[in-house]
Amino acid sequence: MSDAAHKTWYQVFFRTIGEHYQIIHGNFLGRIGFWVIAFFLFVAILAPWLAPHEPWEMQYDSEGNFASLQMPSWEFPAGTTHLGYDLLSQLILATRTTLIIGAVSGFISILIGANIGLISGYYGGKLDEVLMRFTDILYGMPFLPFVIVLIALFGRKLEFVILAIVLIIWRTSARVIRAQTIAIKQRQFIVAARARGCSDFRIIYRHILPNVLPLLLLYASFNIAWSIITEASASFLGFGDGETISWGGMLYELWLSGKTRVAWWWFASPSLCIILLVTSLVFVSRAYEEVANPRLRKR
Amino acid sequence: MNSKPLLEVNKLNIRYQTQDGDVHAVADVSFKVFPNEVFGIAGESGCGKSTLIKGIMRLLPVNAKMDASSIKYKDQEIDSMREKNFREEVLWKQISLVPQSAMNSLNPVYRVGEQIVEAIQAHTSQGIKEARERVAELFDVVGLQSEFMDSFPHEFSGGMRQRAMIAMALALDPGLIVMDEPTTGLDVLVQERILRRILEIRKQIRSSIILITHDIAVIAEMSDRIAVMYGGRIMEQAKSIDLFESPCHPYTLGLKNAFPSIKHLDQELISIPGSPPSLLGLQAGCPFDARCPFSSDRCKKDIPEVVVKEKFHEVSCFRHTDAPELREHATKLSTWHY
Repeated sequence: MSDAAHKTWYQVFFRTIGEHYQIIHGNFLGRIGFWVIAFFLFVAILAPWLAPHEPWEMQYDSEGNFASLQMPSWEFPAGTTHLGYDLLSQLILATRTTLIIGAVSGFISILIGANIGLISGYYGGKLDEVLMRFTDILYGMPFLPFVIVLIALFGRKLEFVILAIVLIIWRTSARVIRAQTIAIKQRQFIVAARARGCSDFRIIYRHILPNVLPLLLLYASFNIAWSIITEASASFLGFGDGETISWGGMLYELWLSGKTRVAWWWFASPSLCIILLVTSLVFVSRAYEEVANPRLRKR
Repeated sequence: MNSKPLLEVNKLNIRYQTQDGDVHAVADVSFKVFPNEVFGIAGESGCGKSTLIKGIMRLLPVNAKMDASSIKYKDQEIDSMREKNFREEVLWKQISLVPQSAMNSLNPVYRVGEQIVEAIQAHTSQGIKEARERVAELFDVVGLQSEFMDSFPHEFSGGMRQRAMIAMALALDPGLIVMDEPTTGLDVLVQERILRRILEIRKQIRSSIILITHDIAVIAEMSDRIAVMYGGRIMEQAKSIDLFESPCHPYTLGLKNAFPSIKHLDQELISIPGSPPSLLGLQAGCPFDARCPFSSDRCKKDIPEVVVKEKFHEVSCFRHTDAPELREHATKLSTWHY
């Protein structure tokens, strides 16, 4: 008997982790995305220590003048607002809010969407009918207005913003994963798994799920991206949590100040952060397709 | 072969409900499989061979309805068992399957070894290390190097995947292994190698095998007993030698004509004219009637009973008593193509 038989579960486990790392790093865009997200995570975790000033504190420049609407400089790398607030500090603290919203609502929505899609697609029949008609009803709802109405109903708090986003964003993932599940359950290896005596639960979560994983990851990152964008939009329209700063909230303040045409640095930095984070998420999810589809791997 | 049967199927009926009506894919099929034998089921495409197996293993799609007077495995009624018990106690532990197009039966996202480990762990309490040792052992039995157990299915060739599926079927030492067209899609050389391997394995283990194929040559070489299916019914079943030496059913006679013989190379092959019957709706009469050169009025009205000619030789044809005469006529081209 060869050595292959004597690998224990933790050796198998660590080999798998190592492979995942290699996969992300083997892909150029994936590598960029990975480091950008890692950077934002780092900023989000250390935000209170990294921010040079209080976010809502009027700043004065080295000559003692009130620092209103200052262009980016050594002193205020991202510039200041018309009230003299330091934009860099706001940006850093907003990263935390944005990442929390993105991660939590992205995770919960994909959890709901994937389960509904898998169950609906696997069992079919009446259950499928009920679940999909419910999804259809949600499809009839316009996204942003729905979120705004929910926030208006529940109140402008971070939890409710997340809840409102989750309630509607799972619909697309459910649809797509259901379609993929239907395609995969017809495949021969599912019949073979059933012949082996696998239960429905095992077939759904052990055999179908890994096969829809590339789609799932893709939609997870879409959901995260959409949550971030939606939160930004809602905040921009004045429906964000007033207590915390977010990138969208910063844009809202700019809008309120009426300095949109003057202070280009004020909208440039939050917008750039949103774009950078959302794109990175898509890059990583693309690289991750290879995890679930070993055929794409380089040997 | 005189011992008690391992698997006993009595009057199994399976129909698919479709929009155009019921398709009677399997009708009144009864057979027995004895311990330590290879039982071949032969028949052309669409005759119900695979449906029969799916029925026994409960793998039918939802629109299929099945009833049987009894299906017994080692004196245990397995058709009336509760779903969960059947899945845990019978499937794979007792009856395992090498599915049709076994090449596509491995989940592409898992390593081949992992999938066999899963099959083992689903039914036993073996640890991963033990299970992996078993996999290495099984790979050895089917002639694969055990280093390949950590490869993905796409890194295997067709023949290797086939062997891996056979290894998986052997994993729990089941009493009965069903092989549904185990060599379809493989070229003749690989086919030969796989078949030889199956025969070798058969000597090492004590499982019975049900071999399903449309390839008469394969079945003749491998099986101890053969059942010939046509239109969802078993036309004739006998020991392999008897079936080829003294066939009684016109369909078997026709099949025999249609395959080249090594002894008589100059003999012209005679095909059976016509095509298999539609199984939609209930038919009256013998399913082979329309293509049978020896059919009579009675064949159109009634379905012939299964007659036991001698031990292990059963035939369902009204003219089974005329067998020697039919055999003589059947070798002539003019009998079939007039």
